[in-house]
Amino acid sequence: MHLTEIVAGQVTTVHLCGRCAAERGIATDAEAAATPLGSFLAAMSPTAAMPPLPSAEAATCPACGASLADIRSSGRLGCATCWSTFERPLRDLVRRLHGGTRHVGEAYEDPAGVGDLEALRARHERTRLRDALRDAVAEEDFERAAELRDRLRAMEGDG
Amino acid sequence: MTLERMPWLEEVGPEADLVVSTRIRLARNVADRPFWGRNTAVDREGICRLVETAAAEVPELAGATWHRLDGLPRLTRLWLHERQVTSRELAGLDPSGRVRSGAAVLVAGGRAIMVNEEDHLRIQALVPGFATTAAYGQAERLDGELGHRISFAFHPEFGYLSACPTNVGTGLRASVLIHLPALVLTREIGKVLQGLAQVGLTHRGLWGEGSEVRGNLFQLSNQTTLGKSEAELLDHLGRLVTEVIGHERRARDVLRRDATVLVEDRVWRAWGLLRHARVLAFEETLNLLSGVRLGVGMGVLPPVPMTTLNRLLVAAQDAHVAREAETGLDDEALPAHRARLVQRLLDEEEPR
Repeated sequence: MHLTEIVAGQVTTVHLCGRCAAERGIATDAEAAATPLGSFLAAMSPTAAMPPLPSAEAATCPACGASLADIRSSGRLGCATCWSTFERPLRDLVRRLHGGTRHVGEAYEDPAGVGDLEALRARHERTRLRDALRDAVAEEDFERAAELRDRLRAMEGDG
Repeated sequence: MTLERMPWLEEVGPEADLVVSTRIRLARNVADRPFWGRNTAVDREGICRLVETAAAEVPELAGATWHRLDGLPRLTRLWLHERQVTSRELAGLDPSGRVRSGAAVLVAGGRAIMVNEEDHLRIQALVPGFATTAAYGQAERLDGELGHRISFAFHPEFGYLSACPTNVGTGLRASVLIHLPALVLTREIGKVLQGLAQVGLTHRGLWGEGSEVRGNLFQLSNQTTLGKSEAELLDHLGRLVTEVIGHERRARDVLRRDATVLVEDRVWRAWGLLRHARVLAFEETLNLLSGVRLGVGMGVLPPVPMTTLNRLLVAAQDAHVAREAETGLDDEALPAHRARLVQRLLDEEEPR
């Protein structure tokens, strides 16, 4: 909502979301919905107050332990698994928020295993060794090159 | 002037007289790690290490600076926020004033990665002027590089998973920071913003979510993130911003035709105050900068480069003024320091 004030010839326009407007004691036609998630979402989209989530199916998320009540009160999901655990009620919510539920943007291919910090470190180390090997060869330090090659082979043998 | 290099402040972008900058943000979470609301200090530390290690492998991030916000004084955190690399929340600048452990930001020129914000990673790119495709290109490259090294949470139906359902799908928020003084002066702005809301665009103030519009600067961005491709979302925003630019230019024509003296008086007053006032509050500076920007855009005032006006938007904020004057945020002389800083910058860069 927009407030235009004119004080001493100065025009000031203030734009408020429903929640800020309410805090200033200004009534809005998009009154926040009853649940905290509802009011959070209403604040995000002042044009349409969100209906509350439908009632729970599974009690809690097996990965993070969040319940639908937790998600309602914080307005946030607990982890990626929550999205599968509460898929049905979330699908309804997502449809109302975005007008659809199917992601049609860039697809993501999970680089299996690389999310693991140890694997990432190992890969990092291999890159470093390969760079060092290239330098050693360029400097004709073949003794060092052989040593680096052996270490690289050992690492790659480990997977 | 010791303003560290920020490309979006130093280069002239498309439609520079109206559009200050274009920003892209991609929300990403690490698979198998609890989100924001349910993670522990140890989890957040793990996310930091993961991002730091992955980023070290990315050639584009070779010169990046890693800021652990949870170890920085308030002045530095505010300074980073003023440069638009971190949100208020992540920098712990809310009245409650606590920084979460693990809060960090990696900064590389106009690109930044916020770590342990509401989502584990928020990849951002900020470019000068109206350039959604260029900004997206930068963010997308970082996303690709990091996504090869870190497993992101992705769902076959919902797309990239976020902590908040409003960001799921592409995780893409594209924002254009646009200066619309003529639409405000002609009272047309309400209608324009209402129209935008109906077609899925939201508006905010300069400092993002929850901030008021000040200095006639509006941040226009897409409201939905799922169901359309990145290209469609950018195209939609781009077309609407082009329309808004047209409205603003027409409103300027109206002002030029029907209120010549009034507008000239107003922008010259803004110029005079900005050049000669001895004490400047930030709020006032923003409004004066708005007047000057309008005056320069309409060819009424001397052609101060838009890059100077953009730099002033950042440099006139509290933490920047305090750092420049080597004083603290609570110094009562800050508004006087601000006036001197503004005038020095204008003197340095004024067209001859």
